[in-house]
Amino acid sequence: MSVLVIAEHSNSSLNIITGSVITAAAQFNTDIHVLVAGEHCQAAAEAARQYQGVSKVLIADNPANAHQLPEALTPLVTELAGNYCAVMAAASTTGKNLMPRVAAILDLAQISDIVTVISPDTFIRPIYAGNALATVQSSDSIKVITVRSSAFPEAEKSAEAKKGGQAELEKIDLSINQDKSLFVSETLVSSERPELASASVVISGGRGLGSAENFSVLERIADKLGAAIGASRAAVDAGYVGNDLQVGQTGKIVAPDLYIAVGISGAIQHLAGMKDSKVIVAINNDADAPIFQIADYGLVGDLFNVLPELESLL
Amino acid sequence: MKILVPIKRVVDANVKVRVLADHTGVDLNNVKMAMNPFCEIAIEEAVRLKEKGLANEIIAITVGDEKSQEQLRTAMALGADRSIWIEQGGAIEPLAIAKLLKAVVDKETPDLIILGKQSIDGDNNQVGQMLAAMCDMPQGTFAFNLEIAEGRAIVSREVDGGEQIVSLSLPAVVTTDLRLNEPRYAKLPDIMKAKKKPLEHLTAQALGINITSSLTLLSVNEPPARAAGVLVASTEELVNKLRHEARVIQ
Ligand SMILES: Cc1cc2nc3c(=O)[nH]c(=O)nc-3n(C[C@H](O)[C@H](O)[C@H](O)COP(=O)(O)OP(=O)(O)OC[C@H]3O[C@@H](n4cnc5c(N)ncnc54)[C@H](O)[C@@H]3O)c2cc1C
Ligand SMILES: Nc1ncnc2c1ncn2[C@@H]1O[C@H](COP(=O)(O)O)[C@@H](O)[C@H]1O
Repeated sequence: MSVLVIAEHSNSSLNIITGSVITAAAQFNTDIHVLVAGEHCQAAAEAARQYQGVSKVLIADNPANAHQLPEALTPLVTELAGNYCAVMAAASTTGKNLMPRVAAILDLAQISDIVTVISPDTFIRPIYAGNALATVQSSDSIKVITVRSSAFPEAEKSAEAKKGGQAELEKIDLSINQDKSLFVSETLVSSERPELASASVVISGGRGLGSAENFSVLERIADKLGAAIGASRAAVDAGYVGNDLQVGQTGKIVAPDLYIAVGISGAIQHLAGMKDSKVIVAINNDADAPIFQIADYGLVGDLFNVLPELESLL
Repeated sequence: MKILVPIKRVVDANVKVRVLADHTGVDLNNVKMAMNPFCEIAIEEAVRLKEKGLANEIIAITVGDEKSQEQLRTAMALGADRSIWIEQGGAIEPLAIAKLLKAVVDKETPDLIILGKQSIDGDNNQVGQMLAAMCDMPQGTFAFNLEIAEGRAIVSREVDGGEQIVSLSLPAVVTTDLRLNEPRYAKLPDIMKAKKKPLEHLTAQALGINITSSLTLLSVNEPPARAAGVLVASTEELVNKLRHEARVIQ
């Protein structure tokens, strides 16, 4: 049986974390189908067809799916699920919103936030803010899984991609009209910078930055490095930056090639979100800050001196 | 309006747990335990709705061992009117917890159920959504603002790209994010009063719920340790190392 991947998309484009879920799905060694449920989501479906290993893209293009509310999508996914050995989505806010609902309707367990596929029924997932890794085996007929996208590289695009993709495209007509949950509005932050979840360089600021204005120094450095900006919870709470930048156990999980933590102490909850980065740099004026215990390069110093120097040296 | 608030007893957020030598789990002996922080926020939100006159009864509920009654007492000290303890020791999966909670929802018929978005031990992020599905209720997860107006819950949600607002018919399920509110501390007189508030004792058996799980925990391991790092003396040295040693910048 095949694996069904639920695409993460904005109708007009496919989020590359879907490519990471496809990589995880490929480890089941079977066909992969991708469901793109949305409204006017043809472009996202076309993008999904380009990935190697994807044999079919199911497109459920319907006004009822416009905002991908889980109340609307759950009946659709549970209807399709019977044909698959696994249903997988990214452990994003969208995936986390939908998949437990799907699992509950199917009376199946959900395996959250997997970082390794050992075999089609055995997975590794972090628990206790990543301080332990649990290996779990599932005897369910259909595995309902969310995938930590930072733990899997994006799948390759097929060579024929430019010709419009290889995967077959199938329309799904089932649509669920419901009014228990109604979409009111959405404010999405748009940025010229790479997306936090998939950037290869991330520079994050903490409470040590002291103000929203001081984040502008980080921004200038980020521009030079092509980096995404992140933040600790304390910086978010203090109102220096928006919540969408929070890195950590209860925010975004990142694993870039380079993570620079500035004025961040290194609480367990923050480390949970970035300790799998390849190279970690810590800049902090407290030599005892726990962040130094996991940093590859630590610089003990006042960030207000270090950041301007850094900017001029890059 | 009647509000049900499921809460969980977990390891305190400041504790860094250790994996047991036999790899069967983490060491919870003599470790400080507390109410899951997101559940504290759920209780606080319910109490604020009651203070605004929008709710008249708050019921805290937990599935856990004998000691989890402590967290129910805390919930009642913070403002819950009564509580329900479903006695169940050992690790129990979100699906089973949601089934147990549903059995109580069927009896109590709350108008609103507020849960934490995630428990900080299992990091599952499942129970609220599962319960909503089982009860055929709409859900507002990762809430940072909640308003009740014209018989609907207007929930502002934290999503990866920013914020989203949904309007839910009642009864509904809401799960809390950190920004929703700042929980109060329990005052001594309230802690004393909480000792006299009703605490009902139930079991999975009495509720007729099968809690066997399809998941088997094979082992628990330490994450791979990172190689020791170095301290650099200057910004210049840092940039040099990043360019020529780590080769992560140009
Ligand atoms: C349930 C729960 C979930 C949480 N989830 C998250 C999460 O997902 N992500 C997260 O980040 N946190 C999370 N937290 C919060 C976490 O516990 C910490 O409070 C937070 O990470 C601290 O942020 P910080 O390091 O910026 O602030 P602080 O701990 O205050 O550290 C500030 C640092 O800046 C340094 N500093 C100050 N001035 C300067 C200067 N001039 N130059 C250089 N350094 C300076 C200080 O030495 C200090 O180390 C969570 C907490 C709870 C309870
Ligand atoms: N054992 C439990 N008893 C009562 N409520 C629970 C229990 N476990 C989880 N919950 C609720 O579900 C939320 C999310 O937990 P989880 O799905 O485990 O991450 C928690 O914040 C609680 O509100």
